[in-house]
Amino acid sequence: MSEFLNMFSYHFMQRALVVGVLVSLCAALLGVSLVLKRYSMIGDGLSHVGFGALAIASAFNLAPLAVAVPVVVIAAVLLLRLSRSSKLNGDAAIAMISSSALAIGVITVSLTSGMNTEVSSYMFGSVLSLSRSDAVLSVILSVAVLALFILFYPRIFAVTFDETFSRATGTKTEVYNTLLAVLTAVTVVLGMRMMGALLISSLIIFPALSAMRVCKSFKGVVLCAALISVICFVAGVTVSYFLETPTGASVVVTDLIAYCVFSLLGTKK
Amino acid sequence: MAILNCENLSFAYDGRTVLEDVNFSLNAGDYLCVVGENGSGKSTLIKGLLGLKAPRSGSITFGEGLKSTEIGYLPQQTQLQRDFPASVWEVVLSGCLNGLDRRLMYNKADRERARMNMERMGIEDIRDKSYQELSGGQQQRVLLARALCATKKLLLLDEPVTGLDPIATGEMYNLIKLVNLCDNITVIMVSHDIHEAVRYATRILHLGHRQLFCGSSAEYKESDLARRFLGGNRI
Repeated sequence: MSEFLNMFSYHFMQRALVVGVLVSLCAALLGVSLVLKRYSMIGDGLSHVGFGALAIASAFNLAPLAVAVPVVVIAAVLLLRLSRSSKLNGDAAIAMISSSALAIGVITVSLTSGMNTEVSSYMFGSVLSLSRSDAVLSVILSVAVLALFILFYPRIFAVTFDETFSRATGTKTEVYNTLLAVLTAVTVVLGMRMMGALLISSLIIFPALSAMRVCKSFKGVVLCAALISVICFVAGVTVSYFLETPTGASVVVTDLIAYCVFSLLGTKK
Repeated sequence: MAILNCENLSFAYDGRTVLEDVNFSLNAGDYLCVVGENGSGKSTLIKGLLGLKAPRSGSITFGEGLKSTEIGYLPQQTQLQRDFPASVWEVVLSGCLNGLDRRLMYNKADRERARMNMERMGIEDIRDKSYQELSGGQQQRVLLARALCATKKLLLLDEPVTGLDPIATGEMYNLIKLVNLCDNITVIMVSHDIHEAVRYATRILHLGHRQLFCGSSAEYKESDLARRFLGGNRI
């Protein structure tokens, strides 16, 4: 127990937990809508774009978040447009953009610093990567994401459940789809430093899928996903602290275990 | 005064005309059934009326203070929705969306409206049930309650009985007729089932890339068009 409390005495752990819990909350809430709208791959695509942006930012010694947030937000809007256009298949477009961004990131890295720990932490995540100013910005942005989600909740539900009906009754569905994509972009960038570019999308998808196994109302799924997400994050970070395993991977495995448990619960019903 | 008036309406996709020469008007309380074969332009007309597709030419005018966003629309169900985790209450309440205006959350009046429409559809007892666990007939009644939350004047129903068993189909038709008669709500329904269409509707619009017929269902029954469409059998 004292060792557990000891974990919180480190500043970097305190920062990681505060930011991580907030980002997990954002990811879970947005995840429900994304999974139900069949947009899960957007989260994955954006994380690769995020990696490219971070690699370029570090090559030019720029502030990582200040570069990555706008770049990924633009990519999110672009991906949404592409996935709607009939000429290009939606998921193919996402795969194309995400692998291109990853490739550009990798080339930038190899031309400049080479594969160092910083780059590796972008890919697989690290609790140590969060500076104080990053943490403050992360907290502000994730609170903004949460607030926007809650304020537009009735509209987000309507647009997720039935876009045609919402559009027919005069809701500007484009605006809310874009809002979802932009909020997802911000969440992905905030989460990827800790979780890693390759693992962040699981933070979005897993809690929603687990919650849908047992909850049957939208509100229930949203609340349950939020709870699962936070608990799994804290559990994953704790495990990674004691076993010295990578943070992102530990959180993903905890999420996987939660999913299995919820699946079992769901089939028993 | 007409609640809806379409003049010289035509629609095109990528420059190819799919529907033209549509001219009809509806009075408050009318029950119009839109019939025609697959690909005859029925869904396109629906999209046009809802403002989801701009006409290539012609005009759609609403009367009696109706706006295109105040149409109660019952869309064809998608597979996506059939397994969507949402309670009956959440779905019905989302019909009040167009009344939100600048408000962010639903208020007491919205909730009262949703409750009343659930009562009308006889689905109060399944209020907290999950939409995905309902039978096809119950799901359609939930969507009809949602459509009623969105309108006071005009319902637009796109194949409302597709996939329902005969009993649920009959119930659905009766509910629609009831709403039409008791609440004086104008109904536009797209249907494959022409026999039921002429039985319940007061007016028929027959499309086949153009307007082939528009008039009362009594006139339609006597027309050659109806006879041909039904394969020689008189109704």
